Amino acid sequence: MKKIAILGAMTVAGLSAGAVSASTLEDVKARGKLNCGVTTGLVGFAAPNANGEWEGFDVGVCRAVAAAVLGDPTAVEFVPTTGKTRFTALASGEIDLLARNTTWTFSRDVDLKFEFVGINYYDGQGFMVPKELGVSSAKELDGATVCIQTGTTTELNLADFFRANNISYEPVPIETNAEAQPLYLEGACDVYTTDASGLAATRAAFENPGDHVVLPEIISKEPLGPLVRHGDNDWADINRWVLNALIAAEELGVTSANVAEMSASAGNNPEINRLLGTEGTLGEMLGLEADWAKNAIMAGGNYGELFEKNIGENTPIGLARGLNAQWTEGGLLYSPPFR
Amino acid sequence: MSTLSDPPSGSFQLSMLINDTRYRSYTFQFVALVLLVAAMAYLGWNLVQNLTAAGLNISYQFLGEPAGYDINQTLISYTSQSTHWRASLVGVLNTLLVAFLGCIMATIIGVVVGVLRLSNNWIVRKLTSFYVEIFRNVPVLIWILIIMAVFVAVLPQPRDFRGDNPEASMVLDAFAFTGRGFYSPAPIFGPGSGVVIAVFLASIVGIFAFRKHARKALFERGQLIPTFWPSVALFFIPAILAFFIMGRPIGLDYPELKGFNFQGGIFMRNSLIALWFALSIYTAAFIAENVRAGILAVSKGQTEAAASLGLRPNRIMNLVVLPQALRVIIPPLISHYLNLTKNSSLAIAVGYMDLTGTLGGITLNQTGRAIECVVLLMLFYLTISLSISALMNVYNNSVKLQER
Repeated sequence: MKKIAILGAMTVAGLSAGAVSASTLEDVKARGKLNCGVTTGLVGFAAPNANGEWEGFDVGVCRAVAAAVLGDPTAVEFVPTTGKTRFTALASGEIDLLARNTTWTFSRDVDLKFEFVGINYYDGQGFMVPKELGVSSAKELDGATVCIQTGTTTELNLADFFRANNISYEPVPIETNAEAQPLYLEGACDVYTTDASGLAATRAAFENPGDHVVLPEIISKEPLGPLVRHGDNDWADINRWVLNALIAAEELGVTSANVAEMSASAGNNPEINRLLGTEGTLGEMLGLEADWAKNAIMAGGNYGELFEKNIGENTPIGLARGLNAQWTEGGLLYSPPFR
Repeated sequence: MSTLSDPPSGSFQLSMLINDTRYRSYTFQFVALVLLVAAMAYLGWNLVQNLTAAGLNISYQFLGEPAGYDINQTLISYTSQSTHWRASLVGVLNTLLVAFLGCIMATIIGVVVGVLRLSNNWIVRKLTSFYVEIFRNVPVLIWILIIMAVFVAVLPQPRDFRGDNPEASMVLDAFAFTGRGFYSPAPIFGPGSGVVIAVFLASIVGIFAFRKHARKALFERGQLIPTFWPSVALFFIPAILAFFIMGRPIGLDYPELKGFNFQGGIFMRNSLIALWFALSIYTAAFIAENVRAGILAVSKGQTEAAASLGLRPNRIMNLVVLPQALRVIIPPLISHYLNLTKNSSLAIAVGYMDLTGTLGGITLNQTGRAIECVVLLMLFYLTISLSISALMNVYNNSVKLQER
């Protein structure tokens, strides 16, 4: 009987140590740190700067969630993941949130049991070639050697694109963006393909970005967004609404500069009041403090600020807002109402 | 009173399991076994529970679904519409290819270096020991990466072969050495080429038969028949004669620069070459030490006795030392072959699509079936390692000391 009790206790311990933790929010609060999965280094999206601090567009999402949950945007443990390791890291509970330009697909959402909490960048797969090759369309790439990051949706899109156009190619699988760069620059492959935003970021890191062109074809839809594990809806809600708060803040004109002032007392706009916690109990419903959204916006600014600071047109990466503009300006960003 | 005179009865008592040395070891082994099985069962059960709780299940259905990705080096026909199972097979063959090539090259380099390490020449001895120490003491992954990086950086790219005054040109108009790999002419087999191949194979069998005959003559009658030049002649002459008699049925397909790459011919990718070379020189450093140890294990008296019979040094090595040294060399050699095969799973570092790259890489990633894929991977490597081990043990039995 005693032995059975011991075995039973071991089992319970084993189970609770496993992937099915009771509440991610409690875990994060108890730990005092958010474990956030990011890329191993993609300038503009997530890369350590000269001081070793992670910065970038995806890093901004991590910091906003940490600020909303813990009140401290620096309370983040960044876990670099490759295209191959990211899902295992999330499924095993090593990270609480994966913000690593990951494409939202049916099978990842349904079959891999993840929960995409929204879209923070509407992207599509493109091709980059050296200018000297004189290629102007992806359909001229018959017989080309293509460097591709393995374990990504781009691998499947590429196969589909070349098959649909009945042209051949030679794939060179690469583990990370950093490994692909020297191979491409040395000419071991003619073409580098990944999401167009990633191409822009990679090109910006080259010595002579002008020697390389991104071809006009965008061969796929790549809605990139942060994701969490299935099964903890409260945690998914928190992440979803932090992202929405950043998007809504831009739409409502709340910026990192004026958020402190606006949240000091209730203003005229009820939606801003509800968002910033000066009215209603939205924070409480999420299980967070009333100033959760204020902290999230203070962390790195609203969506527009994050975009402009990390990957916008005034940065070396130089991405236009395009599809990622607010819906009021012809883009696809559309936050559900805070009500 | 009778009870006193009775010797201890042979009846078995439970306490004897602990106190009697005859049974004690069995008891402990049994307890350890039970604990081990319980631990494994607990881990397995825990896994199943956790998977169920996470809403996942173990299923191999994905193996029958289209893979959706392309593989560069395929030894069997494969398209992106083939199944994941087929993709795994492509990976298996790629693993076996690099392991096979690697074992052969590692053995050749290893034996040569191992013999040279015992050379009387100071420079040769030091150079080879330098090689052994350098390659043995740096991780093989680093070697793979270095060799690939040098390969890509040093050799010209196909685009350098283009233009009126190209930076690089083909060797003999038939071979192209580029950073993407080596291109060489490929044979085209026309009608009647079967006869040429048959003659060629027959002449190889003939070479073996001839050498066996020569060996027999040497051992039984002490008659020394030269074997080298007759072997060379047997290798080339019948096949060449057949080639011309059949009206030159075998042609050559030369690689040609078309578009982005060379087309036609045989293409050996940079990833295969880098991986093959790195695995070979790394493992060869270990094999060299085995060979040296094996040779040193043969008593010096054997060499001196052979020398006093008037044998020349290379004959002493071939007829006296090596046959005895092989008995010492083969068993560790088996384990180096296994290591090389297992090390080939580092292939993805240079983008070589071995089994770890296809089944354990892309398939695992695209389907998310991590446990299923890893179990299959383990089964494969286990099977291949045990097979190599079994084959080499057969060979080992054939060279080991025959006790009479």
